[in-house]
Amino acid sequence: MKLLSRKATCNSHGQGSSYFLGWQEYEKNPYDEVKNPKGIIQMGLAENQLSFVLLESWLAENPDAAGFKRDGQSIFRELALFQDYHGLPAFKQALVEFMSEVRGNKVTFDPSNLVLAAGATSANETLMFCLAEPGEAFLLPTPYYPGFDRDLKWRTEVEIVPIQCTSSNSFQITETALEDAYQLAQKRNLKVKGVLVTNPSNPLGTTMTRAELKLLLNFISVKNIHLISDEIYSGTVFSSPGFISIMEILKESNCENTEVWNRVHIVYSLSKDLGLPGFRVGAIYSNDDMVVAAATKMSSFGLVSSQTQYLLSAMLSDKQFTKNYISENQKRLKQRHKKLVSGLEKSGISCLKSNAGLFCWVDMRHLLSSKTFEAEMELWKKIVYDVKLNISPGSSCHCSEPGWFRVCFANMSEETLKLSMQRLKAFVDSAATTNQSNKISRRKSLIKWVFRLSFDDRETIHGDR
Amino acid sequence: MESMLRKQKEMLSKIASGNGHGENSPYFDGWKAYETDPYHPTKNPNGVIQMGLAENQLCFDLVQQWLLNNPEASICTAEGVNDFRNIAIFQDYHGLPEFRNAVAKFMGKVRGNRVKYDPDRIVMSGGATGAHETVAFCLADPGEAFLVPTPYYPGFDRDLRWRTGVQLVPVECYSSNNFEITREAMEAAYQKAQEDNITIKGLLLTNPSNPLGTYLHRETLRSLVNFINEKNIHLVCDEIYAATVFSGQRDFISISEIIEEDTACNRNLIHLVYSLSKDMGFPGFRVGIIYSYNDTVVSCARRMSSFGLVSSQTQHLIASMLSDDEFVDGFLMESAKRLAKRHRAFTCGLSQVGIGCLKSNAGLFLWMDLHHLLKEQTYEAEMKLWKVIIDEVKLNVSPGSSFHCPNPGWFRVCFANMDKETMEVALSRIRSFMRKNKEPKLPVKKLCWTKSLRLSTSFKRLDDIISSPCMSPQSPLVRART
Repeated sequence: MKLLSRKATCNSHGQGSSYFLGWQEYEKNPYDEVKNPKGIIQMGLAENQLSFVLLESWLAENPDAAGFKRDGQSIFRELALFQDYHGLPAFKQALVEFMSEVRGNKVTFDPSNLVLAAGATSANETLMFCLAEPGEAFLLPTPYYPGFDRDLKWRTEVEIVPIQCTSSNSFQITETALEDAYQLAQKRNLKVKGVLVTNPSNPLGTTMTRAELKLLLNFISVKNIHLISDEIYSGTVFSSPGFISIMEILKESNCENTEVWNRVHIVYSLSKDLGLPGFRVGAIYSNDDMVVAAATKMSSFGLVSSQTQYLLSAMLSDKQFTKNYISENQKRLKQRHKKLVSGLEKSGISCLKSNAGLFCWVDMRHLLSSKTFEAEMELWKKIVYDVKLNISPGSSCHCSEPGWFRVCFANMSEETLKLSMQRLKAFVDSAATTNQSNKISRRKSLIKWVFRLSFDDRETIHGDR
Repeated sequence: MESMLRKQKEMLSKIASGNGHGENSPYFDGWKAYETDPYHPTKNPNGVIQMGLAENQLCFDLVQQWLLNNPEASICTAEGVNDFRNIAIFQDYHGLPEFRNAVAKFMGKVRGNRVKYDPDRIVMSGGATGAHETVAFCLADPGEAFLVPTPYYPGFDRDLRWRTGVQLVPVECYSSNNFEITREAMEAAYQKAQEDNITIKGLLLTNPSNPLGTYLHRETLRSLVNFINEKNIHLVCDEIYAATVFSGQRDFISISEIIEEDTACNRNLIHLVYSLSKDMGFPGFRVGIIYSYNDTVVSCARRMSSFGLVSSQTQHLIASMLSDDEFVDGFLMESAKRLAKRHRAFTCGLSQVGIGCLKSNAGLFLWMDLHHLLKEQTYEAEMKLWKVIIDEVKLNVSPGSSFHCPNPGWFRVCFANMDKETMEVALSRIRSFMRKNKEPKLPVKKLCWTKSLRLSTSFKRLDDIISSPCMSPQSPLVRART
């Protein structure tokens, strides 16, 4: 009898992916301005480190919340005991108001339809448990966040069927692509339970258009399936065309009290917008009371620490703070995004035009030795080991075309970003003058690297988006 | 309307639309009754006293004092805010090294430093709730099973089974021998599972036990270790109540101690579940721990911990608190003392009115024996008595049937989640009730039962209680015993 479960011994945790392998290499040789100036610069981590100073100054001005106090009285005991899976009412209220504010107050949310979870990781898994049986499937547009392979599939045994998007139309979702994905699932004998999109998109950094959202609503309506909109980056939209939430479209289309109203669910988190991934604050929002009820009970497996709920309820109820934070954060992201884009341009590299997120979707197709994923891996290895930048290869995001890379810009200082662009430029300049005949032998030895790393069952650090 | 509901259900998974969450158990119904009419010394002195919640509220003063003296433990205070951004970003599923070190050291102290824990084996989870589910995911496939001695914590039905598809096979323990786990009972349960074509993957123990409040003897533990080694199945030990042993850290024997002594034991089969919810009284902070002696399980559980990491803000606080040796040593000693005192006061109060409890030496509750008050030795009678206790005596206690106890008439009564005055009120209510009911059988109060369920018709969830299958004699819990 085998000792452990199938889940424990298979690879569905997804950590053999190059996405995580790059991190591993970074961990071995991390860049540090002083201690390790030649180390690998981490550009594979979608973190928002640009606005901490705003949070820190709020803390300085609000000692009560910081010190487990309310109106000068200690509430430590109350918080230490609070484990109600309905969540701290004040926190849920503040959170839905914040979500509303991020959407320009064009939609409002009811806190009783909000379920807290231990990060979006947990929220997404919980929704899968609620909406699909093992062996059923969700359709996801490519490219998508590599963590979904673990979050949506591993313990739930749900399948992902890709909706192939291409650069020909800036990776937007088309009706054909949706239908093709649905047909593909049918062919594989997989029952499709829904579509999951990330809006704004990771890794594209773009907001979905009104047309795409309407197309999706129509599709799920006709097929009688669910739609999950992971809006974790909704507060990172820094320029036009602006963010349109699926809830807005539902409202506009007068969908309230129709069946489709109950089949749209939103996932949210404070990990990106507020830059607090360590606090594990995720949420599911659904208009379906059965989903809310089931998800609430499941949240027992990953509640948000009460002290964290309390701190954030105080912070997010401060409307002056949230208003200022949202706009200032967007400003800083916009500036930083511009710096990355122009830095890349100097190396003759372009990216997908984007208006959101903590990263750019970078086009390095012209640097590939051939239009293949092997060539993409080859290029990626060079960038990690020679240029010493950890960026994420498009294949790890299931992109249908080789040559695209996700490059993060908000998780480092401006100086570090500048340095990374200098290194890139040096690489591109030297590659341009390299002897073409050396390419083939280099490729062979680098492919050996690829096989070695991908079959190595080593520990990797916890993954993030 | 009905067809709409059916349609709505069909859009969801079986897990979501079924009852696997286990919340139709009377364990939770009592809570609902309490929530509609909660006791308060001044605002609602006739309300229901909550004695169904195993919380440790006796030592918050010690923790609060420590917090006042250590403001830097919070990343939000002026003294601690320099750490804010590094902690806020930290989401590595290995956990903060200082957190793991502090927890490992704490676990060792709780066991009188007779065992040493390796910080690299400390894996986080969303409370012990998350830990149990994760361990089940790691060790068993859907349809496979764990043996669990009865009576056991009702939450296991959800934690180990709901989303995992794993089954629980009870190992029956009886009041006739103080609910001790016998080799015969283990073998019987194991054989029965074989006959039913159920693959047993492991044995789950809670030690000290919930609801019994007792910890296992060395011989019993050794015998259980032999059993699992022979059958080559896992042993999952939930030691969440380890520091609630009244005599302090000298008497409790952890599974870790046993395997240190037993070199023949296959360590790959041994796993611990722990949490700070009971020992420290911090259920709100969701600090669950999986400690496995099996490297693959550590690795797998760590990856799964992504679904329930401990908030880094909390990791930081706990790391600071639990590395303070002076504080921890003082806390553990004082906490045990206060629990012992409270336990003594309550058991004395009960014995004065002829109510006995299982002799216990740990935990936040008593396992109270009321079988002599039952009209008949049935679960139906137990439920009737329970309703009376809630509706008339106004105490929310937990009926033994919700713990899958094979003998009717036992109730778990928590004593550490209230102040001394409330405990006195509870005891006086019990005294009055016992005086009124000197006869062993209950007065017939059929109508009273359904009537008093209408505690507040405006409360929506009561409709769920009344229509719940558990309120009828055909309760699945009654049938489930066989």
